[in-house]
Amino acid sequence: MSSNTNFLLAIEDLTVSFDGFKAVDSLNLYIDKNELRVIIGPNGAGKTTVLDMVCGKTRPTEGSIKFKDRELVGMAEHKIVQAGVGRKFQTPSIYENLTVFENLEVSYPKGRTVFGCLAFERSEEVISRIQKVAQEIFLDGYLEVEGAFLSHGQKQWLEIGMLLMQEPELIMLDEPVAGMSSSEREQTAELLKRICKGRSIIIIEHDMEFVSRIAHKVTVLHLGKILAEGTMQEVQNNPSVIDVYLGH
Amino acid sequence: MQTVFDRVLGGKAGLVKIAIMALVLFVLLPGCLDIFRLNLVGKYLTYAFVALGLVWLWGKGGVLSLGQGVFFGLGGYCMAMFLKLEASDPITTKIQSTPGIPDFMDWNQITHLPAFWVPFKSLPFSLIAVVIVPAAVAFILGVAMFKRRVGGVYFAVITQAIALILSLGIDGNQGYTGGRNGITDLRTLLGWDIRSKHAQYVLYFTTCALLLLAILVSQWLLSGKMGKMLLAMRDREDRVRFSGYDVSAFKVFTFCLAAALSGIGGALFVLQVGFISPSLVGIVPSIEMVIFAAVGGKSSLYGAIYGTLLVNTGKSLFSETFPQLWLFLMGGLFIAVVVLFPNGLAGIWTVICKKGGPLLKRLKTEQPLDPSPISTPITKGQNS
Repeated sequence: MSSNTNFLLAIEDLTVSFDGFKAVDSLNLYIDKNELRVIIGPNGAGKTTVLDMVCGKTRPTEGSIKFKDRELVGMAEHKIVQAGVGRKFQTPSIYENLTVFENLEVSYPKGRTVFGCLAFERSEEVISRIQKVAQEIFLDGYLEVEGAFLSHGQKQWLEIGMLLMQEPELIMLDEPVAGMSSSEREQTAELLKRICKGRSIIIIEHDMEFVSRIAHKVTVLHLGKILAEGTMQEVQNNPSVIDVYLGH
Repeated sequence: MQTVFDRVLGGKAGLVKIAIMALVLFVLLPGCLDIFRLNLVGKYLTYAFVALGLVWLWGKGGVLSLGQGVFFGLGGYCMAMFLKLEASDPITTKIQSTPGIPDFMDWNQITHLPAFWVPFKSLPFSLIAVVIVPAAVAFILGVAMFKRRVGGVYFAVITQAIALILSLGIDGNQGYTGGRNGITDLRTLLGWDIRSKHAQYVLYFTTCALLLLAILVSQWLLSGKMGKMLLAMRDREDRVRFSGYDVSAFKVFTFCLAAALSGIGGALFVLQVGFISPSLVGIVPSIEMVIFAAVGGKSSLYGAIYGTLLVNTGKSLFSETFPQLWLFLMGGLFIAVVVLFPNGLAGIWTVICKKGGPLLKRLKTEQPLDPSPISTPITKGQNS
């Protein structure tokens, strides 16, 4: 049914129905290595549901999701993460009672089993890696601050940093700049451009100005199906996209 | 870098706490109480193992079990089976129709020792079983429930049902378990009379030492990544899962650890009290143990022990004078703690330290008109 490909992520015939309502309908989506793809679309188009299915949170009714030619459908969530897929949620999901340093430490991909966790040591390697990532996400001055005291934008960055700690080959970000100030948006755009070297990123975003700044390729979803796909320019000039999403 | 000293003892503040507790358990109580009362305290301290397990499971792991009596009971029965077999040698039991088996089996027309009793002739096996049997049962239950993401109220209700099932099961199989009477008339451990005064002292101090050891090991484990993982899981379980962790495995671990601690408590109970019965396994004791932990402060290791001692001392005093009222008082206490002091004694102590610290400093510098506020830290005495 599904063929092996050279794509990093190959989604084929993906369908999920909730009580008969098809939230995602025979979707085909291919992500290249080193690609930064943005998915846009009106509310209820199925954008978040697609990410949920890739990371194992929602089970598809039909179809296949292949990551590096490995079927993800049916795998446990933590196994999918261990295979190299990282996911950032729409609302910033960080550990409010842990410091920035500890948030990043917990995300370090060692000591993930119970006994590995008991034997885990905070080595020099771990510390230097945390410092490097903290610098990348503009939080190197906040390492000892508890997550709860960060601003909304900083929480978003921290969650991206937590993904970077895991060194995933595919990062999925759900509205990473929601609630950010315009200068924070700019910094985030720079951050995303930097981190997509050597890995692929899928982003769901509504802010068209931000999308045009970062996207390699844009996919427009509508009612669980792909309405258009191409460069930002192509998509913006597509009459049906203007009709359902961008407006005249 | 964290040194072993910092991790095990919890730094200077931790050293003070453990020193106070050691002082209370090893010097103060044995010095003030006669052996009868001290033996009672020793019995309470065996419940403290369960409360300690609940700190792990409920306070740190965020999962409330209303069936920890099951594991206390399993540990206790493992120990009691060994002691009963030792007490049932063929010479002492020669008047039975089948000499050499426990008396209650003989009363129930059982003519040979059931297969599952045989290994309990060995002390090393029994001691290992005290820890392994509760942990294994917890493992099976934990995998069955946590893998399916059963949690919260559902988990609590299921554990409570298991406590009921086990106590009824023991009750209903008198020939194999001693039934409602339990396993009684336990006398010696490898020939050492556990009912003697000397033995009661030794067992009391053994219990205290093991309890402190359990605290130190817990502190060591919680000060590392495990402590942070459990905190992270309470904060945002989904984020932990999507950071590549099998959340259920960590919950199973804490459940097993809590069960193993409870089992050790159960075994020490049997050694000090000399019997075990299904009334210590069922729903009521399981809930009482939750109250001990809640009163002490559900996420404080030390609080669990002070809470257990306080509630049990209260229970002994009040139930002697107002046996009818005690249960209402206990229920009221639980509600009051949950509503007013969600962090129990430990929470009250933290508040006193926070408010009392600056207050004391001010008093030192300002020369107080009314010296009464100084008395606040003395409330600590109540804890012990």
